Amino acid sequence: MSWIDIGALEDIPVQGARVIKTKMGCVAVFRTADDAVFALSDRCPHKGGPLSEGIVHGHKVTCPLHNWVFSLETGEAQGADEGQVPTYDLRVEAGRLLIDASKLAAQSAA
Amino acid sequence: MQKLVVIGAGMASGRMLEHLFEAAPGAWDVTLFNAEPRGNYNRIMLSPVLSGEKSYAEIVTHDEAWYDTHGVTCRFGEKVVGIDRDRKVVIGEQGEVAYDKLVIATGSNPFIIPLPGHDLDGVIAYRDLDDTNRMIEAARPGARAVVIGGGLLGLEAAAGLRLRGMDVTVVHIMGHLMERQLDEAAGYLLRRALTDRGIEVCCSANSKEILGEDGKLRALKLDDGTELPCDLLVMAVGIRPSVALAKEAGLETGRGIQVDAQMHTSDPDILSLGECVEFDGQIFGLVAPLYDQAKVAAQTLTGEASEYIPREVSTKLKVTGCDLFSAGDFAEGEGREDIVFRDPARGVYKRLVLEGDRVIGAVMYGDVADGNWFYGLIKDGTDISEMRETLIFGPAFQGGASVDPMAAVAALPADAEICGCNGVCKGQIVAAIEAGATSLEAIKATTKASASCGTCSGLVEQVLAVTLGDDFVLPTAKPICACTDHPHEDVRRLIKAKELKSQPAVMQELGWKTSNGCHVCRPALNYYLLADWPLEYTDDPQSRFVNERNHANIQKDGTYSVMPRMWGGMTTPEELLAIAEAAKKYDATVKVTGGQRIDLLGIKKEDLPHIWADLNAAGMVSGHAYTKGLRTVKTCVGTDWCRFGTQDSTGLGIKLEKRLWGSWTPHKFKMAVTGCPRNCAEATCKDLGVVCVDSGFEISVGGAAGMELKETEPLAKVATEQEVIDISVAFLQLYRESANYLDRPYKWIAKTGGLEWIIAQVVDDLDNRAALIERFDISQSVYQKDPWAERATPQYERAWSPLADLTKEAAE
Repeated sequence: MSWIDIGALEDIPVQGARVIKTKMGCVAVFRTADDAVFALSDRCPHKGGPLSEGIVHGHKVTCPLHNWVFSLETGEAQGADEGQVPTYDLRVEAGRLLIDASKLAAQSAA
Repeated sequence: MQKLVVIGAGMASGRMLEHLFEAAPGAWDVTLFNAEPRGNYNRIMLSPVLSGEKSYAEIVTHDEAWYDTHGVTCRFGEKVVGIDRDRKVVIGEQGEVAYDKLVIATGSNPFIIPLPGHDLDGVIAYRDLDDTNRMIEAARPGARAVVIGGGLLGLEAAAGLRLRGMDVTVVHIMGHLMERQLDEAAGYLLRRALTDRGIEVCCSANSKEILGEDGKLRALKLDDGTELPCDLLVMAVGIRPSVALAKEAGLETGRGIQVDAQMHTSDPDILSLGECVEFDGQIFGLVAPLYDQAKVAAQTLTGEASEYIPREVSTKLKVTGCDLFSAGDFAEGEGREDIVFRDPARGVYKRLVLEGDRVIGAVMYGDVADGNWFYGLIKDGTDISEMRETLIFGPAFQGGASVDPMAAVAALPADAEICGCNGVCKGQIVAAIEAGATSLEAIKATTKASASCGTCSGLVEQVLAVTLGDDFVLPTAKPICACTDHPHEDVRRLIKAKELKSQPAVMQELGWKTSNGCHVCRPALNYYLLADWPLEYTDDPQSRFVNERNHANIQKDGTYSVMPRMWGGMTTPEELLAIAEAAKKYDATVKVTGGQRIDLLGIKKEDLPHIWADLNAAGMVSGHAYTKGLRTVKTCVGTDWCRFGTQDSTGLGIKLEKRLWGSWTPHKFKMAVTGCPRNCAEATCKDLGVVCVDSGFEISVGGAAGMELKETEPLAKVATEQEVIDISVAFLQLYRESANYLDRPYKWIAKTGGLEWIIAQVVDDLDNRAALIERFDISQSVYQKDPWAERATPQYERAWSPLADLTKEAAE
C-alpha cells in the first residue's frame, strides 16, 4: 500500500464530500455525521451522476440525479437498485486524509 | 353496643362515620346532632349551587336511607346547649343523650367584621346552605352585590352571584386576590379573568362602614370615601373555629379545640376533628386534611393505632373557566428558586418553587392539568434534579425518547396547540372526545379543530387514538419517508407546537428511526425549520439538494447551468454584453428560457464562483432558477408599449419580483403579470398570476403547466398595485407556513379543501394578512440575500475545487 496525503479532514464539510482528480476519473471523499470518511468513485453506475454532490445520511449517499442510494462502506446500491461503485481505502491520521494510491494505480494499469 | 354522640354533621364527621361503619359495623349506637336542619352535604359544592350549576339534591352526601341503614339517630335542627363531662351526657335543646365517646365536629363560624352596620338586613356571611339560599333569593338580575373578601370563598360567591345576573364588586383588603394561595402574577391573571366576566375587583381596599337606610343595606363605604351601592353584601373574609361549646365544657382550647395526633381532646373520651380543631398550632380550612383527620378519628374510636400527620394542601378554585391551582409554599426566600412558564396570549402561568432538588410549591393559572402531579412531587419530596429542565412541562414530558409514533402526541401538554387556524389545543380536543366526540368529523363539529386548512387532521386523529385507545382505528397516513411514521402535516404542526428548532430536536422528539434522516426527510425538515424559525434556525446546506447547495442547476453531465435574474423579464444592452462575455469566457451554451431569462449551460463547478463574480460585477444577481423558491415573474409590456395594455404590468411584475425574491418555499413558485385579458404573459397557469383589467387587477392562484395542466382559480380582485403586492406576499407566506414540502400551490390548495380558507386568510382577514406579511418580512431579513455575492469568494473557490489532483502522480 502506498498512502498519499490528499488534504485535511476539515476540508470536507460534515455530511458532505469533496472530489480528488485521478487519471481514472474523480474519486469522491465523504465525511459522515460521525466523522467517518470514505472514498468512492464519483460516478453513479446508473447514469454517471456525481455522487460527491449527493445528500449524505448515515453511512450512505443518495445520487443527486436519480436518487439511487449507495452504501459508503461497500459501494453497493441499496434497495431495489442494483449496482456497485468502486471503493478505495482511506484513513485519517493526525487530521490528514490518506488514500491508498496502489488501488488507484492498479486500476489505471488495468 | 357503645354509645357515640357526634356534634355537627359536616364533611369531616360524615367521612368519619363512613370509616367507622366500615371498620366496625354494628359496634356503635350513634346519635348525630346538627344545628342545620339537614344532614351531611358536600359543603365545598355550595358554590355551584349558588351559581345554579348544581342543585342541593346533587350535593347531598348522606341521605335519610343512609342514616337509617346505619342506625344513626338524627337530631337535625337541634342545637346542643352543653356537655356534662362528669355525667358523660350531651345536652340538646330537646333533651340529653348519654355517651361513651363524644366527637365534637362543630366546624367553623364565618368571621363577621364588626363594621358599623354589619347587622343590617342584606348583610350575610357565606357558610352554609341557608346562606346560599338567602343569596339566591337576593340575586335578582340587575341588583348589585358587594363581596368583601377576595379569597377562595369570596370569589366563588362573587362568580356565582354574577352568573345569577347580579352586578358584583369584590372588595379585597390585600394587594392581590387569593394571596394565601396565589402569587401576584397568578393573582393578576385571575383578576383579569374575573373582570372579563363582568366582576369588578377592588384590591388594597379597606372597608370602613356599611351604610343603610331604614335598617336596610344601601352601600359599602371604603376608607378612601368611595361608596359602593349594593342590595346584598356578602362577607367572606375568613372563618373562626367554633370552640364555644368545647370551651364551656372545660376542654382545652386555643384558636381551636386542642387535639393530639389521635384526635383526642384534653378529655380522653372526647374527640374532635375538622375546622374546629387546633393541632400543633395549625387550624384547618380545606377538605383534604379534614378527611385525613376523619380517618384517624375513626381508627382511634375502633382502638386502632393511628396518627394524624398534617400534609401539604392544594387548592383549586371552583369557578367555571378560571383554572387555578396552588399547592405548598410559594413564598420567595433565600435558597429558593423559581421555574416560571408564561404564555401571555393564552393567559397561562405556571410557577414552581424549588428548594434544592425538591419542589416545595406550585402555582398554576390557566392550565392546571398537571397540578396533581406537581402536588405529588411536593408531598413526596421527590428529587427532581434529573428532570429539572423539562419539569415545568409536566409528567408527559418526562421519560426520555419516544419510539412510539403516538408518543410525541401523547406527550404533548394539554395546552399545546393542535389546530393553528382555530387556536384549538390538545386539551380541548381531549375534552371533546371525553364528551363523546369520537370521530374526526365530530371533533371538527365540536371544537373546529382541523375544520379550516385541515393540515392538522392527522394530529387530531392521533389525539383520538391516544385518548380512545383501541376504540379508535387510526387511518394510515403516508409518512414522509422510512425514517419516520409521521406524515408531513404532523411534522409541520409538531415543529410549531413543540417549538422544535433544530433537526436533531425534531428527530429526537418525533422518534426518527435513523440517526440523521435521509435524502427525503432532511430537505423537508431543513425547509420547515427555516420557514418556521427564520431567526433561530441556521440553514443546513448538507440537507439541501445539490442545486440549492451549489446555487446552480446540475445537468446530466455533472456541469451546471447559471441564470441571472432579469427583473420582470427586462434586461439592458449592458447586461446582455456581460452575459455574452461570460458565455464566451466559460464556454457556455446560451438558451432563452420560458421564464423570460437567459440560461448559461455547461459551466463546471469550479468555475461557478468566477462566473458569479463576473455577473455580479455587471449588477446581476442569482435568478434562483434552481430553487424551491420564487423563480420568475413573467410580464408583458403593458401600458408602456402595448395598445391593448390596461396597467403597467411590467412595472408591477418587477415590484413583485423585487419583493419576493430570495424566499424559500415548499416547492418552486412561478408568477406572471399580464397587462390585459389577452394574457400574453400566460398568467393563468402560474402559481400566482395577475391579470390587469381596466378597473384593477385580478389575482388568481394554483395554476400548473407541468406534468399536470391546470388553470388558476380566482383569489381576489383589487384596485391597487399595493393590494396586489400585499395579497401576493400574504399568499406566498401562507403557502410557506402550511404546505407540505414539494407540494406546489395547486396541490396544497386541494389539500386545504379549496380556496375558501385561503381567501379568508389572505384576502378577507386584514389583520391576518398583515401578520403574514410581517412574518414574511422577518424571513426576508435573513434570506433575501444574493447567494452569488455571498459565494463569489476565494474561500468558495477553494471549497468548490477538487481537494487534490492526483492525475500527475498517477502518470508517474
